[in-house]
Amino acid sequence: MAFSLTPEREQEVDDILTRYPERRAALLPVLWLCQRQNGWISPDVVEYVAKRLELSTSIVEGVVTFYTMFFDEPVGENVVWVCRTLSCDLRGGKAIQERLESKLGCTAGHTSSDGKFTLLKAECLAACGQAPMVQINDYYYENLDLELLDRIIDAHAARGGEAAAAEFSTFASYRAPTDGGGRSGGSVSSAPPPPSREAVRLASQPPPPADEKADES
Amino acid sequence: MSLPTKPLLTARYGIVESWKLANAERAGAYQVAREALTSRKPADLRAEVKMANIRGRGGAGFPAGVKWGFLNKQEGEEIYLVVNADESEPGTFKDRSIMDLDPHRLIEGAIISCFAIDAHVAYIYVRGELAFSRRRLEVAIAEAREAGYLGERPFGIDYAIDIYVHSGAGAYICGEETALLNSLEGRRGEPRLKPPFPAVKGAFGMPTIVNNVETIAAVPDIVQMGGEAWASLSRLPGDGGARIYGVSGHVNNPGLYEAPVGITMRELIYDYAGGMLGDRPLKAVIPGGSSTPVLDPRRKVDAPDENHPLHKWHGQSEIDVPMGVDTYRALGTMLGTCCAIVMDDTVNMVEACRNLMRFYKHESCGQCTPCREGTGWLVDVLDNLCAGRGKPEDVELLVDISNNMMGNTICAFADGTAMPMLGMVQKFREEFMEVAKHGIPDGVRHDASVRAMVVGGA
Repeated sequence: MAFSLTPEREQEVDDILTRYPERRAALLPVLWLCQRQNGWISPDVVEYVAKRLELSTSIVEGVVTFYTMFFDEPVGENVVWVCRTLSCDLRGGKAIQERLESKLGCTAGHTSSDGKFTLLKAECLAACGQAPMVQINDYYYENLDLELLDRIIDAHAARGGEAAAAEFSTFASYRAPTDGGGRSGGSVSSAPPPPSREAVRLASQPPPPADEKADES
Repeated sequence: MSLPTKPLLTARYGIVESWKLANAERAGAYQVAREALTSRKPADLRAEVKMANIRGRGGAGFPAGVKWGFLNKQEGEEIYLVVNADESEPGTFKDRSIMDLDPHRLIEGAIISCFAIDAHVAYIYVRGELAFSRRRLEVAIAEAREAGYLGERPFGIDYAIDIYVHSGAGAYICGEETALLNSLEGRRGEPRLKPPFPAVKGAFGMPTIVNNVETIAAVPDIVQMGGEAWASLSRLPGDGGARIYGVSGHVNNPGLYEAPVGITMRELIYDYAGGMLGDRPLKAVIPGGSSTPVLDPRRKVDAPDENHPLHKWHGQSEIDVPMGVDTYRALGTMLGTCCAIVMDDTVNMVEACRNLMRFYKHESCGQCTPCREGTGWLVDVLDNLCAGRGKPEDVELLVDISNNMMGNTICAFADGTAMPMLGMVQKFREEFMEVAKHGIPDGVRHDASVRAMVVGGA
């Protein structure tokens, strides 16, 4: 069946095209829109994008295969990227991967048998001070230990990615302490302590232990 | 110890919902942009940035003011500003904090920079993984546009400025500025031959300035304080200001710290980051992202010649040299992104090296043969060594492969692989020879010192 974007997304393509002096520059953003709707870049998607942006399918395919985040085969409901580059590995990245493999029942590079999770190894995700970490779909989960990891995966399986992100993802930890309300659960203190010497500790410091978060949620 | 300084880049990080326009504005956001656009001349602003001596914060350390000076707009050309937010260098995690916690500082810096360099459009290229940062920037840009700080008449003046966020899709090489430009144009992220440099022929064939997030985010402070005053925050000549230092690995308090340029690695690890986990000995530190050659605290600076730039630190440990672009180059390494990876004595350096070389193999764009093949060979040799299938000659083979990669490719990726590889062998040769004879000893894993923390009672 031929692929097409929803009318809202079509509108967004038109908007994207106004941002660049050349039509081709819309290729990455349009591929992102398509992947969001379709889950992966299927041959139908390639045809659609090529037509929409007046490019050949080989040009589109060449771009899709260059970038690791464009999936050229179907993936599970949730995509789990486990960082295994040095900073994470120094803080237990290997143990995180091993736990994910045993919990999901598949090795990195594969999808769990229930189709809920695809597990992939990632290279450095720019969260080194909060290692070890994983990215699940659009969100980062940092300062992990195995117990917290289990709860994050269980939340995805039971309640879906957005609900799990609201509770556990790092963006919750970016909320300042006096901002008690807002999203359910996961209100994590992130106020920097008073400046010590010339330094200022930033909000990227480890959140409180997982059990404190559990009490609040 | 130089004068203490108050936080600048990170001054608004602690504010409640610091990323919202109203909150950021209450703390001073956009005051400098308003003043700059309504009452300063672009040439003055460029002069401030040049006097600030700000060395590019993305890793190469090129003076931003000099880079801006390369622009020479021809008839019919349009200048673009491109902000490099493709933060991907292993160990580096500073730019993300700016986008997440103070996006308006970056936007304000981009507005002033556009005005200063005669650009009307800026693209912020955010790495694909940072979907959250991208969204935060997009919301902040919409707020700024709504408030009249962007668009046809920012702050009421007749000088249109627009900022667009462009998302990458997972490719380390897109942090290289010409690869980034290809990716922005909808192409595979393969670096371009230089010259022409982007300032002459960059995005869409037009003159383009590509600057790192932290560089652009520093512009409002530079303009407000004046370039000279901002430069003097630094402890080093020719390398101005304060910057964000990152620390990851085996320290008590990994994280980000804002401090003057020129603190020492010893200060960063022991004073700022709370010292080593469990008070274990420091074995090695990669100073500024994985492409920067490793430092060994046991090694002493060898600069008996009075004219040597490091003579002042002759006989002191490598980690006692101030962290600056030029001092670190003289030390045989690079300051890079100024985000350090700290390793204690449980780490086997050959294994650590294998981890990083695996990264380079994965991320080589494959365009040039020495890099595409060389990164693979390095991993193959290191795999053999670690598995106990190596031989002593393999250590020389690593050196030989590295030397054949350096300087033989379109971009600096191959050099960024070969230099740390050579540094590892040079500084930890005995350990490489030991592994070549016996493999990695049983039970060695480089997360040994945090295992209890991670595995816990689970």
